This record gives sequence, C-alpha cells and structure tokens, in this order.
Amino acid sequence: MHAPDGFLTGPTAIATGVMSAGAIAASLKASRPELDDDRIPLAGVTAAFVFAAQMVNFPVAAGTSGHLLGGALAAVLLGPSLGLLVVAVVVIVQAIGFADGGLTALGYNVLNMAVVTALGGWAVFRGLRRVLPATATGVSLAAGVAAAASVVLSSMAFSLQWLFGASAAVPFDRVFTAMAGVHALIGVGEGLITAGVIAAVLAVRPDLVRGADGIDRAAGPAKLPRARFVLAAVAASLVVATVVAQFAVGDPDGLERVAEDTGFIEAAEDHAFGSSIFADYATAGVASETVSLAIAGIVGTLVTLAVGTGLLLLVRDRRQGTSADAERAPSA
Amino acid sequence: MGAGHTHPLHVHEHSRTHHLPAHVKVVATLTTAGLVATAPRDDVIAFAGAAVVLAAVARASRVPGRFLVSRLAVTAPFLIAALLLPFVASGPRVDVVGVPLAVEGLWGALGLVSRTLLGATASLLLVATTEVPALLRGLERLRVPPVLTQIAATMLRYLEVIVGEVGRQRRAMTARGYDPRWLWQLGPLTAGLGVLFVRAYERGERVHAAMLARGFTGRMPVLVAERPATAADWAVAMAVPGLVAVARTVGAVVGGAEAWA
Amino acid sequence: MTAETGAAPPALEVEGLRFRYPDGTPALDGVDLVVAPGERVALLGPNGAGKTTLSLHTNGLLRAESGTVRVVGVELDQATLREIRRRVGFVFQDAEDQLFMSRVRDDVAFGPANHGLRGAELDARVDAALAALDVTHLADRAPHHLSGGEQRRVAIATVLALRPDVLVLDEPTAGLDPASRRDLIGVLQGLDVAQLVVTHDLALVLELCPRTVLMDGGVVVAEGPSRELLADAALLAAHRLESPPGLAPAPRG
Repeated sequence: MHAPDGFLTGPTAIATGVMSAGAIAASLKASRPELDDDRIPLAGVTAAFVFAAQMVNFPVAAGTSGHLLGGALAAVLLGPSLGLLVVAVVVIVQAIGFADGGLTALGYNVLNMAVVTALGGWAVFRGLRRVLPATATGVSLAAGVAAAASVVLSSMAFSLQWLFGASAAVPFDRVFTAMAGVHALIGVGEGLITAGVIAAVLAVRPDLVRGADGIDRAAGPAKLPRARFVLAAVAASLVVATVVAQFAVGDPDGLERVAEDTGFIEAAEDHAFGSSIFADYATAGVASETVSLAIAGIVGTLVTLAVGTGLLLLVRDRRQGTSADAERAPSA
Repeated sequence: MGAGHTHPLHVHEHSRTHHLPAHVKVVATLTTAGLVATAPRDDVIAFAGAAVVLAAVARASRVPGRFLVSRLAVTAPFLIAALLLPFVASGPRVDVVGVPLAVEGLWGALGLVSRTLLGATASLLLVATTEVPALLRGLERLRVPPVLTQIAATMLRYLEVIVGEVGRQRRAMTARGYDPRWLWQLGPLTAGLGVLFVRAYERGERVHAAMLARGFTGRMPVLVAERPATAADWAVAMAVPGLVAVARTVGAVVGGAEAWA
Repeated sequence: MTAETGAAPPALEVEGLRFRYPDGTPALDGVDLVVAPGERVALLGPNGAGKTTLSLHTNGLLRAESGTVRVVGVELDQATLREIRRRVGFVFQDAEDQLFMSRVRDDVAFGPANHGLRGAELDARVDAALAALDVTHLADRAPHHLSGGEQRRVAIATVLALRPDVLVLDEPTAGLDPASRRDLIGVLQGLDVAQLVVTHDLALVLELCPRTVLMDGGVVVAEGPSRELLADAALLAAHRLESPPGLAPAPRG
C-alpha cells in the first residue's frame, strides 16, 4: 500500500500529512525518556528488522505470497510510541530512498501504514489483553488478532481518504468493498505472522516484548493452534467481507432509513463538501450516495475510535512509564 | 560485498547535482513532486514538460537510464492498478479496439501513471546524487527531528546485515526440506523471524555498548561541517521545479487534453 | 621485561575483581592482572573462563561487585568512567557492532568528536589513526561493504583515534583468512600501545605477546612468559587447551 504521488488530491495529502506529523510528534515526546537513555541504536536495528521482515515472502496459497506490514508487531514489541516511530521511519525511508511510495504521498502512507496500524493495533491489543489470559498464548493471540484488525483499519482509513480525495472516479462504495474484502484476507496473514513472531520472542526473551507486561511466565511457551486457527480466521474474515459487501452493494433501504432518522442526510446535504465529493462521480441516483455516506460515517467512527484510543493509551502509558521502567531489571 | 563505488541507491559520479548541498536538493525535489502530483490528470503538457526536465537532469548528473528504469519497477503494482481503471470506473464508455472503456478511467489512468512515474523519477534522482549521510544531515537542516534521522541512519547501516541473516536462515531451512506453499505452513518462518528479532535487538545492545565505550552521551557529535548553500546552488536546483511550473502554466493556458479529445 | 621500573604506573591494573551474572552464577572470582606500559599480554582460557567478562570490566561496560580497575593509576568509578573509556580502547569480537556509522571516516571520528575534537584537529586525528592501521584508502567506504579483515582493522582505528593507553582486543584474528591475519599481526606489532589480547589463536600469542595469563573458572590459574606457559602441555590440557604444534617437546621414550 505504498501509494505513489498524486494518488490522492493535494488537500488530502496535506491534511493527512498534518495528522501524521502530529502523531509522530506525540510519539517523539512520549518516547523521549527511552530515547534519551541513548537507546536510538535499538530503535534503529528494530527498524532494520521491520524493513527486512517486510521483504520476506510469506506463502499464502499454492505458491502465491504475501508480505508483512508490521505496524501492530512493532507496537506490541516496542510499545505504541516507539513502534509508531520505527514503522514511520521505515515508510519514510522507503519513499525517499527506494521510490516505494511517493514523496507527496507520505502524509497518507505514513498515516495508514504506521499511525493507524501501530495505534489502532495497540488499542485492540490492549483491549484483548484484558479478556485473554495473561500467558504467552494469550499475549500472542491478542497480538495476532490486533494485527489482523490493524490491517483492516488501515484499509478503512485509506477508503475514507479516497472518499475525500480520490484522483479518479471509482465510487467510494466499490473502493471500500474491494479494500475491506481484500484486506480482511491479508489481515489473516498479518495476524498469523504477528502471533507467531511474538510467541517466538516470548519463548527466548520475554523482556523484549513491551506488550507482555504482567505475563505469567510459569504458564510456559505459547501454544498456537495451527490448522484450525487458520481456517477459523479465514472463515471469519470471509463472513466479515460478505457482510460488508452486502451493506455496501445490497440493500440500501435499511441504511437510508437510519440516515433519515438520524438526520444524517440533511447534514450531508448542508455540508460544504456535499456537492464536491460526488461531483466527479457519475452516480446512479441518491441511494448509493447515501449508502456511501453511511458507510463513511461508520468507518470513520471505527477508525477514529481505534486510533484515538491508541493515542490515549500512549499518553497515559508515558505518564506511568517511569515507575514501570524502574521495576524492569537493569541490563548488563 | 562492496562492488566499487556504486551503492545500490547511489550513483557515484561528480556533477553539479552531486555537489549541491543536500537540503537544497530535497526542497527542489519536493517542489517538483508537488507540482507533478497536483497537475490536472489531463495536463499532458505539464507531464511531458516534467519528463523532459527530469531526463535532462538525469543526463547532466550522469545517472544512467538503465538505473532509473530498473528502480522504477517498484511502482509496477500501482501502474497495473492504474491500467485497470478504464475497466472499473463508472460513467460513459468509449470503444477502444472493440473494448468498451470508461472515459473517466482512461483519463484517470493517464494521470495516475504520469504522476507515479514522474514523482518516482524525481526522488530517484535525489537519492542517486546524494550520499546517505549528507541526505540525512540535509533533512536535519530542514528541521526534521534528529531522533528520526539517527534511527534512519542506524537502520540503513544494519539493513543489509539483517537482510543477510534472513537470507541465511531461509537457506538453512530450505536445505532441511522446508518448502512452504500454504498459509498454515508458516510456523517455522515466523519462529525464525522471532529469533532474528531477538538477535537484531541484542546486536542493538552491543552497538549501544560500543557507542558508550567511545564516549557517546546521547547526542550525535557533529562530524563534518557542510558547506552552506549559495544563491547559485538554489538557482540551479530550483530551476527544475521552476521549469515544471512553466510547463504547468502553459498547460493551464492551453487547456487540458480532455477538452481537446 | 618484568622488572619493576618504579616510575610509571601500569597501563592496566585489575585487583581482586569479583562479578556475578544477573542469575547469580559467579563469573569472576577474584582476578588480579597487570599490564605494564607498552606491554603486550595474552589472555587465554577455555570458553566460559571469564575472559570476555573480564575484558568488559576494563572500560566499565560491566561493573564489578568488588575489586578495582586502574588505568595508568586512575581508578575506575562513576566519576572517571568517561576518562577511563578514552584510555581503554576496546575492540569487540564482532567488528560489525562497532562500526555503526555510514562511512569509515565517520566511525573513526566518532570517538574523538565525542571527546571534544573539532575541525582540523579532528581530521588530523582521524588521518593518523587510519594511517596507523593502513586503511586510509577505505576512508570513504561504507563499513558494511568491507571484508572481515578490513572491518577488523577499521574497528581498531576507531578506538586508536582516542589515543588510548591500552588496547583490549577480543579475539582479533577470529574468522580472518591467513593474509588478513598476517596484515593484522603486522599492524599490532607496529602499534606503540599496551595491549591485552583475549584469544584462542596460540600462534598469534607466540608472535605478538611475550607474556600470557591463563584463566579458568573466573580466576587466574597461571601466568608467565608465553613460550614457557604454552609449552606446558599438561597445564594447557588441564584447562581444555592444547599446545601449538611444534612447541611442546616431543615425548621421549
């Protein structure tokens, strides 16, 4: 998803750029205590690891392969702020140094691939850790599901950006369906890889997994059920994708009703964006516009909720960070 | 191992471009990319003009065309997606060699392909003519937080080392009969990756120790004073986006190709 | 060359050093060691003897439970840490860990720059260190593109640039091909600085280090002129080592 230059419009690039810069600034501030302790080399080699891991070909089916994004993985390993910074550096260097992603597209590329994945993934991870057992298995599963969710969130964020700043007339609902559907499947891979890597690290050096605070070591190494887990995960994401597709393409009546009841339609019509968003779209009637807006509303809420929670946790953890660090054993 | 002076990203030559201060080049590249990225999708004059200007820069900087083309391959997935646009976009269709293609999609594809290739070329020229340490210092001069450039520097330093470790591990696994093709065979790969993370982290701890042993206090020392940028430097560098801006203006005056088609 | 000169303090002096790993296993159990100014001493022992652990104490990367480390008379503690690190040039086993900048020249400049050198003075220091290790032609290369032997020499240059009183080298010839090894020995012989060489390369010991210290189980078990110590096959065998070929007297019937 390293979008090239001009993939989204100028205002979108600037708006997402401001959001990304803000998230990076917040992360720099939150991770200052660690980085001042001259731990930059650690962030650097982790960034090299994430970069290298993104290059690995992971088998998906019959010889086709996929790749890791790593935002949630970085967050679970390093914590949300340092994780965000590490993946952001990777994305930025890929754009500047390797022409993988446009320079002017950095705003939305960093937002989708680093900010949303790290913060959104961390929020989902922490939520799951509350309900899953505090064992290596529990942490690995939480990390895996969080990673899968982070990919879906990332694609949702991109779809939203497409809604506002598309550079070509592919209707939002089609984009969203395609993106969410495909990424639900990609998310499965991301989740499996993340769960596996976290389990492996926990087995050797659990102190390197920031997200594994309070884990019960005595419970032994993680046991991740393979085949059944994979099948369940694939089935779940297919269900999700189908439901979403129905929503988007199928029956707009229910949504239109909801939109009318909540006054969403009037608000949309009054909104300054109202006419310009869909100006380029040769839409076939009001119905699909409404559906698009409704989905946008839900999606926007979800993404904002996840990322916002992640940001809150980041700030809160930083304040509590000093006491947690003191408890950790000093390194040789 | 190192084969002469050509780092995979950098083309070691001596040209006016190579000798320009890094931050000047960064500003010029960003401006050029911005002009290209915001050009209307049917502004063929702007796109053609930018292509000519960038080709001239490549020539003057002695960056080989082969190098650029091989690096541009990284944009292939998006080029392919762009070429699908005429098939999936909505709106009126036109027959092209018997195939009904969306007009919207055709223009959209043109815009996407042009912007992608031109933007990528601009950033490739920047990297080809600027060495990594200078580039990072240039970014710092443009107010990029030093923490980020330091992380980037360490990352780039150890990237090949870690990629090498990934490769060796994969070869060792293959040698023992591991040939995964399906999602549920991922196990050993992820376990191996976990081990590599631990090794990378422990290497980071040793690097940290080595830095401390040589007196590191948390702030990277200033090693080389870069020469300040002269007015001539700026003039030469900003001529590139300047010419692209001219092409944009001409294109705006003449009108987009969509109106003509 | 063991006669006391009386005037100059030892380049490196370790007294009664004790250290335990975080999990409690004792690593150093009262170690004494002296390196005179300009002297070259080899540190031998089986794996796990504590050689590397001891070497990490010489520049304060590890902190002992009890005992002292003195460099040219200056005792190592929190206040003198920075000064000691300048005086003890530590060369790591894996040169890759020590060469963390993008260019050789920057790596060599890193140390002196951290200690306040700038401009022409810094450049002169860097050039001198590069020349001493015969790596001036590598100054603008990227460290990760160098061969093992080149990296090893550059790593030594990075600490030599600090003008240390003693070099501590951890397995300097490990993994080098014969030609690189020969170059390295030549360079080390030409350096006018005390050296403590942790190694398994017994031929290196014979060529480079007149005196040898043998460690095992966290203590020094033997010490003396290298030729004598290395010829003592029984002693070496007792500590999982072997005499280098051609040195131990052949058994006579």
